[in-house]
Amino acid sequence: MTPRTMYEKIWDAHVVRESPGEPSLIYIDRHLIHEGTSPQAFAGLRAAGRKVRRPDLTFAVMDHSVPTKDRHLPLVDQVAAAQFEALERNCREHGITLFNMFSRNQGIVHIIGPELGLTQPGQTIVCGDSHTSTHGAFGTLAFGIGTSEVEHVLATQCLPQFKSKTMLVRVNGRCRPGITAKDIILSIIGRIGIAGGTGHVIEYAGEAIRALSMEGRMTVCNMSIEAGARAGMIAPDETTFAYLEGRPFLPRGKDFQVAVDYWKTIASDAGAQYDRVVELVADDIAPQVTWGTNPGMVTDVTGKVPDPASFADPVDRKAAERALEYMGLVPGTPIQEIPIDRVFIGSCTNSRLEDLRLAARVVAGKRVAPSIKQALVVPGSMVVKAQAEKEGLDKIFREAGFEWRDAGCSMCIGMNADVLPSGERSASTSNRNFEGRQGKGGRTHLVSPMMAAAAAIAGHFVDIRDWPEVRTAVQ
Amino acid sequence: MQPFTKHTGLVAPLDRVNVDTDQIVPKQFLKALTREGFGRTLFYDWRYLPGEKPNPDFVLNWPRYRGASILLTRSNFGCGSSREHAPWALLDYGFRAIIAPSYADIFYNNCFKNGILPVVLPDAHVDELFRRTQQREGYRLTVDLEDLTVSDDSGWRQPFQVDAFRRECLLKGWDDIGLTLRFEEQIAEYERRHPVSARMYEKVDATVLPPQESIHRYKRLGGGEGEA
Repeated sequence: MTPRTMYEKIWDAHVVRESPGEPSLIYIDRHLIHEGTSPQAFAGLRAAGRKVRRPDLTFAVMDHSVPTKDRHLPLVDQVAAAQFEALERNCREHGITLFNMFSRNQGIVHIIGPELGLTQPGQTIVCGDSHTSTHGAFGTLAFGIGTSEVEHVLATQCLPQFKSKTMLVRVNGRCRPGITAKDIILSIIGRIGIAGGTGHVIEYAGEAIRALSMEGRMTVCNMSIEAGARAGMIAPDETTFAYLEGRPFLPRGKDFQVAVDYWKTIASDAGAQYDRVVELVADDIAPQVTWGTNPGMVTDVTGKVPDPASFADPVDRKAAERALEYMGLVPGTPIQEIPIDRVFIGSCTNSRLEDLRLAARVVAGKRVAPSIKQALVVPGSMVVKAQAEKEGLDKIFREAGFEWRDAGCSMCIGMNADVLPSGERSASTSNRNFEGRQGKGGRTHLVSPMMAAAAAIAGHFVDIRDWPEVRTAVQ
Repeated sequence: MQPFTKHTGLVAPLDRVNVDTDQIVPKQFLKALTREGFGRTLFYDWRYLPGEKPNPDFVLNWPRYRGASILLTRSNFGCGSSREHAPWALLDYGFRAIIAPSYADIFYNNCFKNGILPVVLPDAHVDELFRRTQQREGYRLTVDLEDLTVSDDSGWRQPFQVDAFRRECLLKGWDDIGLTLRFEEQIAEYERRHPVSARMYEKVDATVLPPQESIHRYKRLGGGEGEA
């Protein structure tokens, strides 16, 4: 048999129907929904008199617009309140499990899926959210879809899909201390560009990827979409199985072993062919900081804000000029001299326990710089929050001057009250530095949790590798 | 869905690369419950000054592009968020077709679900169309999905490609959920023989499940409760 990639194996295992000249009908194992992109799908279903085919495979959570404090108080945002109620009503009507904002399992959809064990290797997972690629860290084919497709999956548990091309991104060797999954993926995006993965499913491999925890692997896969790839995947291994065992939605005992035996078969075969192969040297990766208005506009923390004139392509030059104007940055400014107004540690990219532990290690015993207007820590889920509190991380953050919040998307997208004000500059562990993403006129710099934490202490970007607590500890 | 066969209309040039869906519809408009009325929100942060006053610097506000129904733009249009609000806003504003060298995957797919035709033309042709649009006020193009061409009235004409199945769906305005539901038997059969087996779906630890019987009523500031 021809050697197959992991993507091809999962694809083949989910084909319901194939016909030449048509997209294949692919079965969906898990459908995750949230308040933001589902109301119109349910409305469409209702208008057509259709039912949810598999409410048992559909799971709902509130994350995009939820307040991250004072949840017991009446809601200020009336429009968001209507959306929460719509989700409650839709889930009730169709028998869908909902983790509402008062559930102890509430959190960002891409944090709670893996945490509950809803996400499992070999599955297909979709959600009306582009960061669904996160779940690929488990060897899962997971991708974001639009609301029409949400409706499609609700009604049929299937999606007509065209097969993607495949790209292998291999990160060879080991990263240096202070370099995290966030720096790896930002380097990859910097290398292949924000449209480099368009039309592809990326498989990440190599020693540096294998060395990552599941948390780190999720960070890498999460930002696949920022390279244009709808899905990113990492082959499951012992790290994966150890993370999964005992989680609420997983089989136990002998049944778990049966599952593991199957999962061991889904990694790409030796000799499998990819449409494109990209290789990076882990040792070359420095802490990354974005300077522009998309995640591909990124450089090393030791670098400088680039001069638009240095871009050969006139279209890129114009884009860089516009980005620098929006960001209020002067070409040639050293990255470490850029002052910060606010710090956000959170989002589906970097709000898991490991992220909070790393950030806490950096801030322990220190104080947020007086020039910082706000430093926010928003755990990815209420479970992460509870675990962090058990370890005393909340105390470390609070004593350093950070705010410690409830779980949600928060300032990554600014749909609740956590907004970056116009003209202000953030060091953010989130995934998008688009114009206005964190708030109209806000200027976002994407960094790792340790880099964000260090920027909060210093008041500007710093090279985390110079800090003794990092040099000795991490990895 | 409204079918797309052939459309002639005024061209508006948006000369930017990598226009992301956060720009097409900013996040504050993602709290809606319906698909209607998003035209007002299109390119909101670029299009309006405070108080929703039209920003005279933004190209769609220029009188010569009022009533445009074909958007000419640059590569990787629609990148970022999966929000289908982006094509809803483009359509509600009046755009029926987009012309660009490339699109982001999710956005491209979302267009076809909403009767918008995203035409892919090589950079050189897009450059030429930008020149023509800027030179000639009232520049119009005809996008023909039946014969797969884009043309103007002065003889400029270029072919483009679209997947045959997508083309057919758009030409006929098909409801693709209806298409999938024709295969109910195959879906049921698949569910019976799924290789991962029913075991993988079993809810083993039901204690994490929230109670299903009640609907939370959300109190609003200033009193009142929604009808849950």
